[in-house]
Amino acid sequence: MNRKIAALAVAAVVAGARLGADEFTKKDQERWEKEYMSVVTKGRELFTSPKLGTNGVACAQCHPNAANTHPETYPKFQKQLGRVIALREMINWCLQQPLEGKPLALDAPDMIALEAYVAHERRGVKLAPGKH
Amino acid sequence: MNPTDLAGRRDFLKGMGKAVAAGAVPISLVKLAFADPALDFSFGYISDSHIQQISGTKFVNNWDRGLIRAVAETNMLNPKPDFVVFGGDLAQLGSKPELDHGAEILSKLRHKLYCVMGEHDYYLDLGEYWSKLFGPHNYSFDHKGVHFVVLNSILTHDEWTYNRWPSAEQRMLEMAGLDNPNGSPFMVGEKQRAWLAADLAKVAKTTPLVVFSHSPLQKLYKGWNFWTDDAEEVQALLAPFDKVNVIYGHVHQIQYNQIGRISFNAVMATAWPWPYPNTYAQAEHAMPVLTVPMNRADPFFERDATGWQFVNTTSGRVALEYNLYNNTNRTVAWNPASGKPEDRVYQDPAKQVPPQIHY
Repeated sequence: MNRKIAALAVAAVVAGARLGADEFTKKDQERWEKEYMSVVTKGRELFTSPKLGTNGVACAQCHPNAANTHPETYPKFQKQLGRVIALREMINWCLQQPLEGKPLALDAPDMIALEAYVAHERRGVKLAPGKH
Repeated sequence: MNPTDLAGRRDFLKGMGKAVAAGAVPISLVKLAFADPALDFSFGYISDSHIQQISGTKFVNNWDRGLIRAVAETNMLNPKPDFVVFGGDLAQLGSKPELDHGAEILSKLRHKLYCVMGEHDYYLDLGEYWSKLFGPHNYSFDHKGVHFVVLNSILTHDEWTYNRWPSAEQRMLEMAGLDNPNGSPFMVGEKQRAWLAADLAKVAKTTPLVVFSHSPLQKLYKGWNFWTDDAEEVQALLAPFDKVNVIYGHVHQIQYNQIGRISFNAVMATAWPWPYPNTYAQAEHAMPVLTVPMNRADPFFERDATGWQFVNTTSGRVALEYNLYNNTNRTVAWNPASGKPEDRVYQDPAKQVPPQIHY
């Protein structure tokens, strides 16, 4: 009898809100995708915004659809800097030089959004870290 | 052009302290055997300066420097070009201060200037102020046996132009974003095609044609308007002529193509380079297989992958000499043997270099 109650209790837990760590639903995936896309959309807004720097120049002026940014090649040896860097450091370089603006913190939400947009436009391309 | 003239040009290029391999342009190829030397001439071509106002008297320095340099170097050409063409997108957002500032820089040119309309000059006031400075939007002229036609190829559907946007400023901003899905495909339009047909009706089919447009007059990639929607109709009007050369801006990169008897050559921007459409992984494109791309830009050199060109016209065919500021100069010239424009050094795949690979 006791055993039967215990079994029912376990069944109730499984069916309830406390899912196992490796279990998720389609609905969860849809929500996560939506969260991701909202950051990509914010990244696109920043990427095309004349207000990201100080001179009205937008990233997309030189990089339509974030082309020619090569996110799949980072980290890589950036020959002009003489060391291996992450894509975010190149984003900051662009913010400071052509956009005449200030660099972002490497974990700033705007930085993550810019990186998400750049990567999203490059989706499907094979990773090629280190490629020049 | 005679060999002495070429020597003069070499001196100019050396004088500018370029890493120019003057020897890369063999004299025998510059002077074509069939040419009547009296009819040979050259003209300068400067394009896409995108002069951009920040506020008041402040303009984006980077873009200013590109145009100032092109004007200064064009003035030093020896022998002097017969005229200079500005290929469109003088301004970034078509405002009076931008067009005025651009006109001021162009006013230093010591040559006769012909101007082409770009979308960045047009969509604020539909070219009204530009016209006050530079004249009609489309026109033609004859020079040393060649018939030149200048088209305004950046028009689009009337609904988009006149009815879609709450303000002129909004319309300009929507068209200014190259990859903006709210933009609209470029076209020459029915009215201007009728004008072109009437203009060409007076010209003998043996007369060489050189057509200047801002957009390509061929369909390469619609997403960035490397495209003219009625390209086929325009090409059909040009097709009956023996020698047709189309020179266009807008794409900020070296491109060349041959469609029937029509050769196509793109010019560099003085402002910034654009990626080739094949580097955008999410889209279909149709880049000419003939084109050997320019080198990938090094953003740490502000002027890299920008520049200007002079155009040698010989026997009614053009040779574009690209003056690339931080890079080896290139020549894309009509090759009478193959019947196509070809790069004089890099057409041979064995001679191509890794920086020409774009991805």
